[in-house]
Amino acid sequence: MSIEFEIPKPIAQQQFVLKTVAEEMMRSVSRQLDEEEHLIPYSYIEFMHAAMRATGAGSLAPRAKATKEVDESKPKRPPIGYQLLAHMLEMLSWGDVGMYLVTPGGGLGAAAVEAAASPEQKQKFLARFGEEKPTFAAMCMTEPGAGSDTSAIKTTAVLDEKTNEWVINGEKIFVTAGHKSMIPDEKFGVGFIVVWASIDPSAGRAGMRGFVVEAGTPGVSVTKLEHKLGIRASDTAAISLVDARVPFENVLGSPTVEKQTQKGFKKAMATFDATRPLVAATGLGVARAALEFVQEKLTESGIEIRYGLPRNKLTNIEREVIDMEIMLRSAWLMVIKAVWMADNGKPNALESSMSKVKAGDVSTKVTQKAVELMGPLGYSREFLLEKWFRDAKITDIYEGTGQINRLVVARQILGYGGKELR
Amino acid sequence: MYSFEPTEEQQMLLEAVGRYAENDLRPAGHDAEEDGALPEKIVRLGWEMGVLQASVPEAYGGFGERSAVTGVLAMEEMAFGDLAGTLAVNVPSLFVMPILLVGSEEQKQEYIPPVIEMDWQPYTAALIEYALDFDPLEPKTTAKAEGDSYVLTGEKAFVPYAKESDALIVYANLDGNTQGFIVPKGVAGLSVGEEAEKLMSLNALPTYRVMLDGVKVPKANRLGGENGHDFEPVLASMRLAQSAMAIGVAKAAFEYSRDYAKEREVFGVKVAQKQAIAFMLAEMATEIEAIRMLTWEAAWKLDVGKENAYKDAYLAATGAADMAMMVTDRAVQILGGYGYIREYPVEMWMRNGRGFAMLTGLAIV
Repeated sequence: MSIEFEIPKPIAQQQFVLKTVAEEMMRSVSRQLDEEEHLIPYSYIEFMHAAMRATGAGSLAPRAKATKEVDESKPKRPPIGYQLLAHMLEMLSWGDVGMYLVTPGGGLGAAAVEAAASPEQKQKFLARFGEEKPTFAAMCMTEPGAGSDTSAIKTTAVLDEKTNEWVINGEKIFVTAGHKSMIPDEKFGVGFIVVWASIDPSAGRAGMRGFVVEAGTPGVSVTKLEHKLGIRASDTAAISLVDARVPFENVLGSPTVEKQTQKGFKKAMATFDATRPLVAATGLGVARAALEFVQEKLTESGIEIRYGLPRNKLTNIEREVIDMEIMLRSAWLMVIKAVWMADNGKPNALESSMSKVKAGDVSTKVTQKAVELMGPLGYSREFLLEKWFRDAKITDIYEGTGQINRLVVARQILGYGGKELR
Repeated sequence: MYSFEPTEEQQMLLEAVGRYAENDLRPAGHDAEEDGALPEKIVRLGWEMGVLQASVPEAYGGFGERSAVTGVLAMEEMAFGDLAGTLAVNVPSLFVMPILLVGSEEQKQEYIPPVIEMDWQPYTAALIEYALDFDPLEPKTTAKAEGDSYVLTGEKAFVPYAKESDALIVYANLDGNTQGFIVPKGVAGLSVGEEAEKLMSLNALPTYRVMLDGVKVPKANRLGGENGHDFEPVLASMRLAQSAMAIGVAKAAFEYSRDYAKEREVFGVKVAQKQAIAFMLAEMATEIEAIRMLTWEAAWKLDVGKENAYKDAYLAATGAADMAMMVTDRAVQILGGYGYIREYPVEMWMRNGRGFAMLTGLAIV
């Protein structure tokens, strides 16, 4: 091993293609999708679905076992799946993060199944993402009274032993892609949501389980579509479950409460270790778009950044741009390290949360600063900069707010659990 | 490919340097700062860790090859022990490394082995000048060609061990370019300030003003030979050393304040159990890691000759100076009143921390 920062070839090739997608298919409709909230970008969705089906990139659909003979004499390539994904998400978000969020393939719903399900369940629930039509899935964790404090979840799942079905009741909000996952659309396949509910409210976190709830399940309804500050191309839904019945085998993990364990909850949290640096990557994609815009405009105006000059000889604009570059690059490298660890099977709870803390700060600061530096150009809707400022803010909120991630980092570095540091 | 694990050789070096930093440098650092001197045996011991020797090829008396990545790893590890001590141990690098990087073959053969093959002995370099607008790329000290010689005129500041050194590299402005000149001790026109300079920290590191009043050196003493050299790789290597040491000092302050916070009781709990403190610590750890990544990447780029390596080294050093100030300031804050008391090491680290913005040229990897 050694310390290296060479972007792996397959990733570089992928980036080349994705940049074209971002420029041609995303930037061109970015403004329209922001103005006409909830408009569905079918052409992007269909294109991405076809591309992901062809290459397998970014898809969690189970693949048929490779029949190719494995050549033992060749050295095994180190795994780069998460690294590939981080680069992909960064580039698509550089194009348009709201659109990236409607990329088909199952999103966080599929990620939860991937993290917590049995092999049979994975086959059953994930195979659809490799089929002909683009398909969506979503994760339902947040409730009106339970955001960062996921243990406060009130949704319940009770086993009806007569029919061997789970009966789920509760209200979920802020479900990303909830509408596309649950409302029939002839252009899309049948999706699902993963609903986190308690099978034993007295057991606290130990009673928490994820349940796969298929689109079309009676008792499940999308009650609201939120109007948001940014990422308006992405549908954020409220979903109500009233006596919604799902088959027994749709529970992810053990159907009974084991004594004194928080396995169910920990599985949900393990999903976050994998996804936090990826969400961080999306925010950094937006920040890069903003920084590049600033650099282009400065160049057009004949303003040069004099790198190498002592700090006290720089102009304010030079200092700001230099600081933005430092923030952005260092945050990105933290993301790369976190996903590199995930690829190599190294526990990365600390690095993953640190990268999210940093990216949440950096994406908001860089986009805020960019608008300020560009003056009227920054505030005008003629350019996309003001939109990126609005889009970026979500990075510091979803997938664990900056504060929750600070808590996770603090516990890790102090060797504390939830009992010592609340 | 991305990879974040040091090689086995690097790990061995780091273990040795780490032990030295923890067992020798750290315990001596506090008193050395108060007394204004570091015991020479500690400096010699540090030299025996072989950080510089491992960067110099066998042909010039060393046993390795130059790697900026190895350099930044080692400098972070050593500075975690003590900054002034790290600078003292590595003073000979200020003379050897630029010659190795941009010197002519003759210069390498003549000047490197006598330094590298011996015990620690001071050889130094003079870059900084006493001006608020000092810029390494535009020094006010000048070099002018005159027959077979260059004539150096100007004044340098913060030159470590200038008084004791047998030779030094002086950086001067030659027709708008910063060029290094090898200046032996005792040449006419060269004088060193009587008293050591007094800085906000680094009391254990003797630094001096160096005055050059028409100092004549043979043309062969121009770094790189007749056609001189590119200053950028030298400057970038100085900046990387600076970043790495900033990370080491910040890590020392972070760990000390973290451990303190886990011990100190307030309102019936440890102070680390208060989110106000815990979040500060989380941010300190995050910023240290951020700048470490930036520094590693810049060092790697320099090693493999990537485009933008010089710019990235500049960005790393710029970010590191801010990071070190932020982290050391917070460490003092977390210790509260104790942070302000000189019996504890954190106030010294805060003084160290402020220095990284202006100490380019005191170390090199």
